[in-house]
Amino acid sequence: MTDTPAIILEAKGITKKFPGVLANDNVDFDLHKGEIHALLGENGAGKSTLMNVLYGLYKPESGTVTVDGNPMTLNSSRDAIKHGIGMVHQHFMLIPVFTVTENIMLGAETDHRAAPNEMPLVRLDRAEVAQKVRDLSHQYGLEVDPEAVVGDLPVGVQQRVEIVKALYRKANILILDEPTAVLTPQEADDLFRIMHELTAKGVSIVFITHKLKEVLKVADRITVMRAGQVVGSANPKESNEQKLASMMVGREVILTVQKKPAEPKEDVLVVNDLRVKDVRGLEAVRGVSFTVRAGEVLGLAGVQGNGQTELAEALSGLRASESGHFSISGNDLTGKPPRQFTKAGLANIPEDRQRHGLVLGYTIADNMALCDYYHMPFSNGIVIQQKQVDSNARKLIEDYDVRTPSPYIAAGKLSGGNQQKVIVARELSRPVKLVLASQPTRGLDVGSIEYIHKQIIAMRDRGVAVLLVSAELDEILSLSDRIAVMYRGEIVATVDRKDASREQLGLLMAGVHEPA
Amino acid sequence: MDWKRFGFIAIIIVVLFGGVVAIGQVQQRPLLIVTSMLATTIAVATPLTLGALSGVFCERAGVVNIGIEGMMLASAFFGWLAAVYMFHVFEYPTGVSITAGALFAVITGMLMALLHAVLSITFKVDQIIGGTVINILAVGLTGFLNRQMFFGKGSVFEGSIPNSPGVLRAIHIPITEILSPLCGANSPLCVENIAAINRVFDQKPIALSAILLVFISHYVLFNTRWGLRTRAVGEHPKAADTVGINVIKMRYANVLIGGALAGLAGAYFTIESVPSFEPLLTNGRGFISLAAMIFGNWTPIGAWAAALVFGASSALQINMQIFRAVIPPQLAFLQQSYIVGLVPYILTMIILTGIIGKTTPPAADGVPYDK
Repeated sequence: MTDTPAIILEAKGITKKFPGVLANDNVDFDLHKGEIHALLGENGAGKSTLMNVLYGLYKPESGTVTVDGNPMTLNSSRDAIKHGIGMVHQHFMLIPVFTVTENIMLGAETDHRAAPNEMPLVRLDRAEVAQKVRDLSHQYGLEVDPEAVVGDLPVGVQQRVEIVKALYRKANILILDEPTAVLTPQEADDLFRIMHELTAKGVSIVFITHKLKEVLKVADRITVMRAGQVVGSANPKESNEQKLASMMVGREVILTVQKKPAEPKEDVLVVNDLRVKDVRGLEAVRGVSFTVRAGEVLGLAGVQGNGQTELAEALSGLRASESGHFSISGNDLTGKPPRQFTKAGLANIPEDRQRHGLVLGYTIADNMALCDYYHMPFSNGIVIQQKQVDSNARKLIEDYDVRTPSPYIAAGKLSGGNQQKVIVARELSRPVKLVLASQPTRGLDVGSIEYIHKQIIAMRDRGVAVLLVSAELDEILSLSDRIAVMYRGEIVATVDRKDASREQLGLLMAGVHEPA
Repeated sequence: MDWKRFGFIAIIIVVLFGGVVAIGQVQQRPLLIVTSMLATTIAVATPLTLGALSGVFCERAGVVNIGIEGMMLASAFFGWLAAVYMFHVFEYPTGVSITAGALFAVITGMLMALLHAVLSITFKVDQIIGGTVINILAVGLTGFLNRQMFFGKGSVFEGSIPNSPGVLRAIHIPITEILSPLCGANSPLCVENIAAINRVFDQKPIALSAILLVFISHYVLFNTRWGLRTRAVGEHPKAADTVGINVIKMRYANVLIGGALAGLAGAYFTIESVPSFEPLLTNGRGFISLAAMIFGNWTPIGAWAAALVFGASSALQINMQIFRAVIPPQLAFLQQSYIVGLVPYILTMIILTGIIGKTTPPAADGVPYDK
């Protein structure tokens, strides 16, 4: 072991501008051989921009990058690949209809041969490359089936394909951009194991994230970015979540939600023996009964894929139920169209905010009027009252702190956190009785999570019933007054928050019942 | 291509052929009917096959090309014009003139494709509109120039019809010569049968090259680096970009390949089929090519099979005229050529409804690439 670690990658003075934004402002960054260097920052802090510069996808206005002491030209990803840099993008760069082998060989079709051939019509040696992929996956403990079609694989496996793809190109520097955003906790743990295995074999890793727990768990070094600049670095052994969060956001952040004890009143949502089928026609929700009272938060915990998604879709009118009933404040809504749900006082924060929460091509103003466009004050007969729509939008943007230059830009152009704020603003600003929030903070940064948590508790304190569906146990524990655990389509237990422990919930989520 | 699709195609072809044989057998031997229909089917399917291949290359690379019709029309005209000039004005021999005409048709197709590529790849114009521009441009340009060149006072040829350079000749594949000795003496029927079968294979050069191109395209798209990259660019251009593939270059190149194929399809009309040009002679075949491409699920072999269905329905139409006199009175409606002529269009509609199974276009088909 040497005392001064060898620097394998060094970026100096990187500045990258986009129209109207200084995404990277004179950023310095270095990576030691064989370390996991976490790059921490909120969405839009410039982490991904920096990495796209290192990977040759963006051309910076100024700055230099050296790999192993050799200056690198940054014209295309081809240059980065040549220098041994591999990147796993947040949205995987895989072609769903191709096999694993085809995805891995794409762009490096003959690199497995002793003498690579640059002719366009060179034949593809699928079998040889598949064998190479098998060898690599054994060597690094990354199980992938080379013949599988990528679109059929779960995201965790797709990510492994991405890593193998980088290793196939002989990458010894690996950039992982928000790798855990799409993973379940188990898949994330598996990824951390793989990361350690890779560094043990001499690969250096840049780990981009905004999740504090993970950083403290796996990183050897931490660099924090905010608003395009590096604002500090930390040693995970000497730091903690609170310190890192403050550095990221630039102010004190309250990570634990402050709340008064709940004062539950009458039943609002009553679900009785509800059964729902999933897209494949299998029963996903198998006879679920529960109630949510006014002024309380019921947290619905469970590992993804245990029927929560289907239950939430049924309760918001997006999916038909097979049998059973449910009602909001006494209105039986079984089999009713979604508008009846809205009229009955449902605020729906859907799991897939881009597909079910927003019309991405519409402006923020129009999105904010989506629930109420058809009646006063937004419409007068058949004509939309644009003035009312606009003033409503301006008020909500102000009240709910949506960061946007104007109410007239398309919702699709906003960051994830701001998109979610648009939905929250629209749904919570109406006179509602029940808030149905599905994975309300998935993929959001610390600042936005804090904000949305506050809004949910504020609704509860105003006497609204809240059903919170979340795969994040921390979120369930910090917001809920009661917790129901879903496993294989059934509610296996309902416990009071004060009686619930993390371990007990974890066991219930895994299907292990406590011995009576 | 799944078996359901190939099965549907086989059934339609069998039904069309069977119908003609049932009606025509009183006048002609079934084998002769079938072989002559097969020969017609293959010949008539040629421009559809080439047009569909053109679409396959463009769309596999992510560029929707509804301008195939226009590319064919323009190529048919300019190929013909080149052949006429070579023959009539510069007095080259027939073979040289029509070969040059075919070449010129291919170049015309590529130039039209270049226009489409610049519009849709570089300037990111809506690709449907880009294709429509090509179609309208081709109709206007060929109609106008056709009149300027050949008709009336003040036209280039002063209204006199130039000498025809003729058309490409069929290539004889010597099956009869090889097999007929096996028939033995005293069996003229056997020799006659072999000769009839031989006529199925004695196709003209563009028809034969179209079949060859189907298999070459299949190999290129699915077994070579070029094909892998082309399909990557049409499915997920960003992913291709991150592994160092030049998306813009790949798209340009494939659209130009598509243009060359559409150009060859155009040459079929005026250089191989009939030695003359008339306005709008492609008559929607570019669009039927697109239907064949879709029904073939964007694969060369599937598209060819679909093109053969359309070829078979044209063969039906031609044979209904031949056997007009023996059509039984209950089926008198078959004497109306416009009813039989509807068959390919009705088939197109059935195919495009997706009843015979859903097809999936490349994921980034029609989406301009923005870094």
